[in-house]
Order: sequence, then structure tokens, then C-alpha cells
Amino acid sequence: MTAYTATVTVRLKHGVLDPEAETTKQALERLGFELEALRSADRFEIDLEAADADAAAERAEEMAERLLANPTIHDYEVEVGAAAT
Amino acid sequence: MTVAVIRFGGSNCDRDAVAALEHLGVDAEIVWHEDGLPEETDGVVVPGGFSYGDYLRAGAMAARAPMMAEVRDAAEAGVPVLGVCNGAQIGAESGLVPGAFTTNRSARFQCEHVHLRVETADTPFTRAFDEGEVLSLPIAHGEGRFEITDDALADLESDDRVLFRYCDADGNVTNAANPNGSKGNVAGVLGERGTVAVLMPHPERATLPDVSGPNGAGTDGAGVLAAFDQ
Repeated sequence: MTAYTATVTVRLKHGVLDPEAETTKQALERLGFELEALRSADRFEIDLEAADADAAAERAEEMAERLLANPTIHDYEVEVGAAAT
Repeated sequence: MTVAVIRFGGSNCDRDAVAALEHLGVDAEIVWHEDGLPEETDGVVVPGGFSYGDYLRAGAMAARAPMMAEVRDAAEAGVPVLGVCNGAQIGAESGLVPGAFTTNRSARFQCEHVHLRVETADTPFTRAFDEGEVLSLPIAHGEGRFEITDDALADLESDDRVLFRYCDADGNVTNAANPNGSKGNVAGVLGERGTVAVLMPHPERATLPDVSGPNGAGTDGAGVLAAFDQ
């Protein structure tokens, strides 16, 4: 078994309204910044032991499917690297 | 009939639901989620609140608690199940109904009275009303915007599974009357069985005459909770 860190990024599907991101964008504009658009996403960093990177990715994907993302509104991606800690 | 009102950590409309049901002559009791459903459960209410502090997404944690597997089994066996507000979010997260309830268009918590149009009167939750009738109920939520794919919404509509839509006082379903940006102005939907329903507005807060009156909530909620009066 090897220690990995799986990073799961969960973001709203294209076209799903993100009122919090819009509010954040407006706040940045009030501070004088120029920007075209702003998207927000949740990132989960998961330390786990697995036989190989594929097994670690598979487990993290299952976590995303079953809890971390809501398939009605979210897309997600999983990246696996050497343990961060 | 004994109705189990499920209490998760952070539920806060559980006692209101029991008071409203008892006012209608329905036996109701609060059931702590870790205790499981009592054997003699003839109805289930998943009440409002902020279960698990709304961590991750509103309803996400409670939806995956073992209690909700029991509620799904009861629903499949025909036991009437009603999710209100956080209970609606939990119901959607747990797959009792399709779609998701997410951040209001305003990005704010909204606590106000809304009008709802009864889209189908052919359910236990709306049989007290006529199709097209306009109700007044309070809402109190930050994450009540109903999201669903266009195809899934079309399926719900063709199956007559939209329960309520936000509307104006005359029953017109307009963007201005949509408090949270819900797709199709949907305020409540049915599960695969017509005995399972969720809605964001609070019928239990508009049932007792004590909280009615000229500036109060009215008692339209009694007609929704009458689903359990049988």
C-alpha cells in the first residue's frame, strides 16, 4: 500500500446559476478590480492508502459520486498524486 | 395513525410539526434519527432546520444517515412521507424525489410569505384543495432554488408530479413571483409514488389558528398536513 493524496474538485455544471460567485464577482468589482467572470469550486484533499494510483482514484471517484458531488448540479474531477503530508 | 417526525442534529421545525399535526388530531411523535423508525409508523415527516449545520450542501449529510434508508423503505411500502424545507433538501439529496435545492437566486436567506398554485389535487397532500387553487404559506430558506435538468423537469410535468408552483396572488406563475429562482417556479414535487412529497414552504407554520390572523400565516398548511389525517 502506498500513501496518496486524491484531490476532488467539485464545480457547478455549466449553465447552473451560481449566486455566491456572482456576489463575489460584484464585491471584487466594488474593490476596483476588472474581471469578466468568476467561477467558484469546492476542493477536497483526501489522504488515503491504496495499492496504486488507479485504486486511489477509483475510491475518490466513488466518494464524489456518493457524497461530495450532487450529480444534478455538479461535475467533478479527481487527481491523484503522492501523499501531501 | 402515528406520524414519525424525524429529528436530526440541527432540525428545528420538529416540534412545530408535531404541534400542527396534533392540532389536526393526528398522533405524532419526534423520533431521534439514531433510534430508527418505530414499528408502528403510518407516516413520516422530515422537518425543517439546519441538519448537520448544512455542511457540504443543505441536507447532504442527513440524506446519507441510516435513518433515511429506513424512510426510503417505508416510502416504497406506501407510507406517506413529507419533507419540508430542510426535509425537502434531504429528500432530494436522498433520492426520494428528483432534482436538487440549492442557493437562492438572491444568495440570501429569505423569510417571507409566498403564494403557491396547486398543480395537482390528486395527492394526499393536496386533496383538500382544487387544482389551480392559490395558497399562502411562509418560506424560510437560503437554499431553496429547485434545479433539475430540462428533460427531467419535462418528465415530472408529464407525469403530473409537480405539486406546487410559486405564483402571484392571482395564481399567475411569473418570474416576479418566484422567490428563489426555482426552475419552472417549482416549490414542491412528488416522488415516484404520489404518497411522497417535498416542498420548501412550511405548512406546519400555517396550521395553528394561534399563528394565524390578519398579519399571520393563515391556515392553508392544514390542508397539506391533512394527508396524515386518515
